[in-house]
Amino acid sequence: MAGLKNIKWKKYVSYVVLAAATVILAVLSFAGALKSSDIYLLEKVAISIMLAVSLSMVVGFLGELSLGHAGFMCIGAYLGGKTAVLLEPVLGEFPTLFVALILGGIIAAVFGIVIGLPALRLRGDYLAIVTLAFGEIVRSVFMNSSDESFGGSLGLDTPRFDKEYLFIIALVLVLGCLVVTQNLIHSKHGRAITSIRDNEIAAKATGINVTKYKLIVFCVSSFFAGVAGVLYSYSNYTVQSANFDYNYSIEILVMVVLGGMGSINGSIIAAALITFLDVKLQTILTGNLAVLQDLFYALILILLVIYNNAPALRGFREKYNISKLFARFKKHNPATVKDDEAKWDRVPTKIKMDEVLSVDVQVTSPYTPDKSPKEEK
Amino acid sequence: MSDIVLKTESLGISFGGLKAVQGLDLEIKKGQLYGLVGPNGAGKTTVFNMITGVYKPTTGSFWLDGENLTGKTQETINHKGIARTFQNIRLFNNMTVIRNVMVGLHNQPEFKCGLFSSIFRLPAHFKTEKAMRARAKEILEVVGLLEERNNLSCNLPYGKQRKLEIARALATNPKLLCLDEPAAGMNPHETADLMEIVRHIRDQFDVTILLIEHDMKFVSGLCDEITVLNFGTVLAQGVPEKALNDPAVVKAYIGG
Repeated sequence: MAGLKNIKWKKYVSYVVLAAATVILAVLSFAGALKSSDIYLLEKVAISIMLAVSLSMVVGFLGELSLGHAGFMCIGAYLGGKTAVLLEPVLGEFPTLFVALILGGIIAAVFGIVIGLPALRLRGDYLAIVTLAFGEIVRSVFMNSSDESFGGSLGLDTPRFDKEYLFIIALVLVLGCLVVTQNLIHSKHGRAITSIRDNEIAAKATGINVTKYKLIVFCVSSFFAGVAGVLYSYSNYTVQSANFDYNYSIEILVMVVLGGMGSINGSIIAAALITFLDVKLQTILTGNLAVLQDLFYALILILLVIYNNAPALRGFREKYNISKLFARFKKHNPATVKDDEAKWDRVPTKIKMDEVLSVDVQVTSPYTPDKSPKEEK
Repeated sequence: MSDIVLKTESLGISFGGLKAVQGLDLEIKKGQLYGLVGPNGAGKTTVFNMITGVYKPTTGSFWLDGENLTGKTQETINHKGIARTFQNIRLFNNMTVIRNVMVGLHNQPEFKCGLFSSIFRLPAHFKTEKAMRARAKEILEVVGLLEERNNLSCNLPYGKQRKLEIARALATNPKLLCLDEPAAGMNPHETADLMEIVRHIRDQFDVTILLIEHDMKFVSGLCDEITVLNFGTVLAQGVPEKALNDPAVVKAYIGG
């Protein structure tokens, strides 16, 4: 049992929770305890988590602001959906889904690299504008496609899939996405990525290949956005380009920001919460009350932001901190935390939004010996 | 010729009409501690920026171990063996001290580990991580930061942040280490400590050091040879005592 004690449980907490949730929900669904509306909600949550985790790599760890995440998802949804329509009669249900997921992901990843290339030249706000435009371009291209190709403004109808299995597959894929993201971040490559976020000039001077790592992050991030898109197309039976507008990109960004940038677990929780709220509000507020959906959504967001940042609430939060409540039950043993192990895998990254948004700190600082010659003129 | 690590020939750069540095000829021998001094705005940091690839020189070229590196990118120049620290400290603030150093170790051939092995946690990943951590600890021990290794680098006091920058630069295994005002903001005690560390680094890591410094005691106590710059041109070159007493240098500093 000594071996078990040495495992750093904190590192695996998100895996364990997600895996347990998957198993429990799978059992429940086979037992017939889940309504189809619950299953739809679970699929939505899984898709949101995947989107938030993949975006948090770009925003939280690479430190670039991307507002076109829905665009990558849109590519995955349409191309995966189309693949499914074409291959369904040939391959059957499961192989088709498999091929669609991979193909949707890979094509989205290729576009991720294409968008990553300007990212090497642009910073902060400018990159945000480019990605925003990219998302809108993708959307309007699919909207104006011919009826035979991608369904145009009517949308693309995708094959039906056994609903009960889909959310399990989605949750397993989320787990896969999480493993890849976490492992990437907590490796030497992840260190290189976070070093670019912390100080790009120093990263370059330390010999980090900034170009390579920016492209890797954009590629991996958009791959998972594409996969999420394919899941979306299966979950909805139909893909409507109108759903992938910039509002959706912003919504994903809100999940990442609310969860705490640089915190993958936070992104997961925020994504699940927001999606849950969103879907529940849609079902509760119908008819004339439908207009209140956005109002409630906005109010809850505002309250959450206040709770996170208001100085008056800080004392309250510290007093009733969950980890502190747990700490009471745990015996403190300083001998076990003497080496790097204790803090090793913590990526201490509470970065502020304005740090991401600022074009470059050095431009505004009074003494700037490292200005590039272009800025000098 | 082989004992010359860095050689520059009429190296110069102008920003628009301003000639920041012109006609700089340096020859730094292997194992030397070379100083670059001069009043504010003399162009010392600009020289650093040129030889580390931040700026592309408009005239002249420079060679590291006989290899022309003029106009190469910062990454390439670092891979070839020039590492630097910054005058205004540029650490990776949200990372712990040891991780800062491990970023420096990133490109060392002995710590090679592909993206694939990292993502799928193959044995190579654990092996390199362990080796990198051990090496980083060794380097931190040299600069005396071993005890602080798990602190966030932004929480370190100023003097220690400077030492950490040196450690990070050292981790890239450079042939030439460029220190931009390493003693700035340090008290006399810390400065003396730093002098010891710099000497120790030169001997233990077999590295040539080029440093910019305003503290004349530091320079004359440490450097084998110096170059004095003013308004981008060389005023004097040679051993510290001689160069610092050159009439042109005295005039540039005290006026008259």
